Amino acid sequence: MTVVLAEASASVGRSTMAGRLAVAALALVLGSVAAVSAPASVAAAGNSSGVVTLAAYTTPREAYDEIIPMFQATEAGAGVEFETSYSGSGDQSRAVEAGLPADVVALALWPDIDRLVAPGIVAPDWWQNEYGGIVHDSIVVFAVRPGNPKDISGWDDLIRDDVDVITPNPFSSGGAQWNLLAAYQAQIVAGRTEEEASEYLKALIANTSVMDRGAREALTTFAAGQGDVLIAYENEAIFAQGAGQPLEYVVPDATILIENPVAVTLTGDATDAARAFVDFLYTPEAQEVFGRKGYRPVLPQVLAEFDYVQPANLFTIADLGGWAEARPRFFDPETGIVAQIFAQIGRAAA
Amino acid sequence: MGPGITASYLSLLVLIPIAAILWRSVSDGPDDFVAAVTSPQAIAALQLTLTLALVVMAINLVMGTLIAWVLVRDDFAGKAFINALIDLPFALPTIVAGLTLLALYGPQSPFGVNVAFSQAGIMLALLFITLPFVVRAVQPVLAELDHEMEEAAASLGASTPTVVRRIILPNLLPAILSGAALGFARCIGEFGSVVLIAGNIPYRTEMSSVYIYGQVETDRPGAAAAVSVVMLVTSLLVLTVFDLLRRRVSAHAEPSA
Amino acid sequence: MSTSGVTAPGMAAPSSAPTAPSATPSADPLGGARSAARNRVARLSLRSVVLGYLLFLLALPVLTVFWRTFQHGLEPVLEALSRPAFASAFWLTLKITLIAVPINTAFGIIAALALVRRRFPGRGLLNALIDLPFAISPVVIGLALVLVYGKNGWLGDLLDDIGFPVIFATPGMVLATLFVSLPFVVREVMPVLREIGTDQEQAAYTLGASPWSTFWRVTLPAIRWGVIYGVILTTARSLGEFGAVAIVSGKISGKTETLTTHVEERFHAFDMVGAYTASIVLALMAISVLLDMTLLQSGWFGRRIGRGHQRDESDQAVR
Repeated sequence: MTVVLAEASASVGRSTMAGRLAVAALALVLGSVAAVSAPASVAAAGNSSGVVTLAAYTTPREAYDEIIPMFQATEAGAGVEFETSYSGSGDQSRAVEAGLPADVVALALWPDIDRLVAPGIVAPDWWQNEYGGIVHDSIVVFAVRPGNPKDISGWDDLIRDDVDVITPNPFSSGGAQWNLLAAYQAQIVAGRTEEEASEYLKALIANTSVMDRGAREALTTFAAGQGDVLIAYENEAIFAQGAGQPLEYVVPDATILIENPVAVTLTGDATDAARAFVDFLYTPEAQEVFGRKGYRPVLPQVLAEFDYVQPANLFTIADLGGWAEARPRFFDPETGIVAQIFAQIGRAAA
Repeated sequence: MGPGITASYLSLLVLIPIAAILWRSVSDGPDDFVAAVTSPQAIAALQLTLTLALVVMAINLVMGTLIAWVLVRDDFAGKAFINALIDLPFALPTIVAGLTLLALYGPQSPFGVNVAFSQAGIMLALLFITLPFVVRAVQPVLAELDHEMEEAAASLGASTPTVVRRIILPNLLPAILSGAALGFARCIGEFGSVVLIAGNIPYRTEMSSVYIYGQVETDRPGAAAAVSVVMLVTSLLVLTVFDLLRRRVSAHAEPSA
Repeated sequence: MSTSGVTAPGMAAPSSAPTAPSATPSADPLGGARSAARNRVARLSLRSVVLGYLLFLLALPVLTVFWRTFQHGLEPVLEALSRPAFASAFWLTLKITLIAVPINTAFGIIAALALVRRRFPGRGLLNALIDLPFAISPVVIGLALVLVYGKNGWLGDLLDDIGFPVIFATPGMVLATLFVSLPFVVREVMPVLREIGTDQEQAAYTLGASPWSTFWRVTLPAIRWGVIYGVILTTARSLGEFGAVAIVSGKISGKTETLTTHVEERFHAFDMVGAYTASIVLALMAISVLLDMTLLQSGWFGRRIGRGHQRDESDQAVR
């Protein structure tokens, strides 16, 4: 043991040096972080009135970052503080259901808000306003590499042998369901039968190499160099371009209108301010912010200010019978068309 | 007092949430439970997860031991630094692990190596995050190993491979096994790094954790809980087997213990 | 599970462990030189294999993180660090880690003592439970915690009544962190306890020491490597936890966002520098803990040498 101690004492010299370096390193890291960081902001206490909590899905974050201060500069919004939470639409919907405090919910698709009616978090008539509860729109487009090297222009190009498709998994992302519904309905609109449309879906899914768990993840994958085309939302593609990602997007002739809803909850503690905020979202100023961030405003006069491409054939979820019908028909894990396609392809591959 | 505190803490922290999962998995009725765990997609995900976890574990058994050996018995410049690095997979958020592996060994790989979105890609992510387990389990044991036995064997004319095989490895085996078991458990549960590099195609590159997430996402928490229960039971089984193995091996190595 | 032998961080070992197996004494000098050469080749090739593996699997990814952070210079990094979201995430991560690590350390020591030294009904079950946190995916952990502590959960309404929110607040995040980093201290200390046996403590008792004094002055120093190493691993894991904490936190900006969720958010906003910067801070925090433990090690040695040979004899009893 003394031998070990002697050796150890020799290494103490080295270790202490290493130790001193370690302390210095730690101090440097923490110190510089502390020095350049703003003081830890103390958010307003959760339960005091006058704090509107916004629970939104991921992508409109930049838009709300601009809109919230605009609202606070108005009379109705003076003195109103905000707390915001951004996450995947489905995640967020479940979080609110599980008790995440929210005065306003702004999610990616209708069912994510509508499922909050049953637990009494939003009123059954949450959607009844001039715009059917929708605050901004987008459309399904194809994101391609700069210069569109594979010359992709329509849905039929997506099932070519030399094309690799990226689309999020409709079973792990409610929002991803838009893409496949658009694909299916585009076939119907082009005059094909339901069977042929299903066959198309099968070919499309077989041509997909990656199914990320959400739209943003799929965008990341595509931006990382995988795939030739990403079935994306227009606002996502625009956002990526704005962030310097090298991609272009193609608007197909036939595509679906993605309608993003917003609602005031029954369970918030700043309902008046929340309602005023949601009203503000429909003003030309706020709608213009959405427009600049890649969304299609719902106010026609604001939409006209932007040069969004109007697809020849723009259909909505209503054309598929609404979510209540479309969801189980396509995405029921046992009987849904897409689920069965997965099983067929899977078993063929297995 | 000790057992009491241990039991209470574990109950509060681990047992109750797991019980909640168990309860949720059957609260929709036993039929739903069976349907959930026998669904072909779930089974495919489970098979893939288990297979890949086993392969990764096998690699870790070998590489982890080798790494520990080199870190303990060898000496070279920068060894202390490399030793410190070994723990990094724990500290880096899984999303960072996934993204850097994607950057290095994916479509934009500077080496022209693209294993992303395949089973190889999944294994890469799993190897990264389970790197420390076997290494750190073996290192202390190796460091404390009594050299007298090895020297005695060597002086009796045993070749190095024999010394390794009959003296060193048996002493290391319990540690190797416990490290590998922990790594295996971690592989089964891993989500953050895998989901980025895996591709997540059902029946092909979809791991159980991603499948479970999908069930939660499509408002089927009961099914999610059910498949989780199966995964938990499987892990428990594997861990128990490992523990038994380890005890047998320990008994052989140290008859006096 | 046990590892036979006192746990010591790898860093301590090199200075005290000679490279024994390579030196094979032999009666025949020529044979000795040949086998020594063979051994050197073996050692070098082993080293290359290991270093190669670590290079591609570990070093390159880590270097990539560093490179990507500073790819565009220092200024974007400073900008990322000065973002308020980063600051609140940093302090929250630190806070959670500083709460979770001591709790799991204390529990780890208590549990290890109980599991190794005592026999009681349910011991096997408790032992098995300790490894479970690894095997559960973070999605499930989040789901489970919400099921128990969330609204309409088993304890959720009770907590709501007493005004102590767990989910979507810091306590829930601490719980999730405690859950995932639970096994480390226990698993590191248990083998040490098995190895050292109860001799020293028996000796202390017969000399009249109280249980607490015995624990503090005999047991704890003997298991300190296990504890230290467990603390290092626990800290690293707590810092790096993402999935479960993300789910139970609600990701409320400026309030319940940790560094890991901040990293995700920055990635998704295509702010790569911001994401990698936060990752580096996480990595450096973990490395600092490891290096600080080295300082502790040398501090221990320093103090012990100063006190002379008393400890020496009691340590010899261990061997």
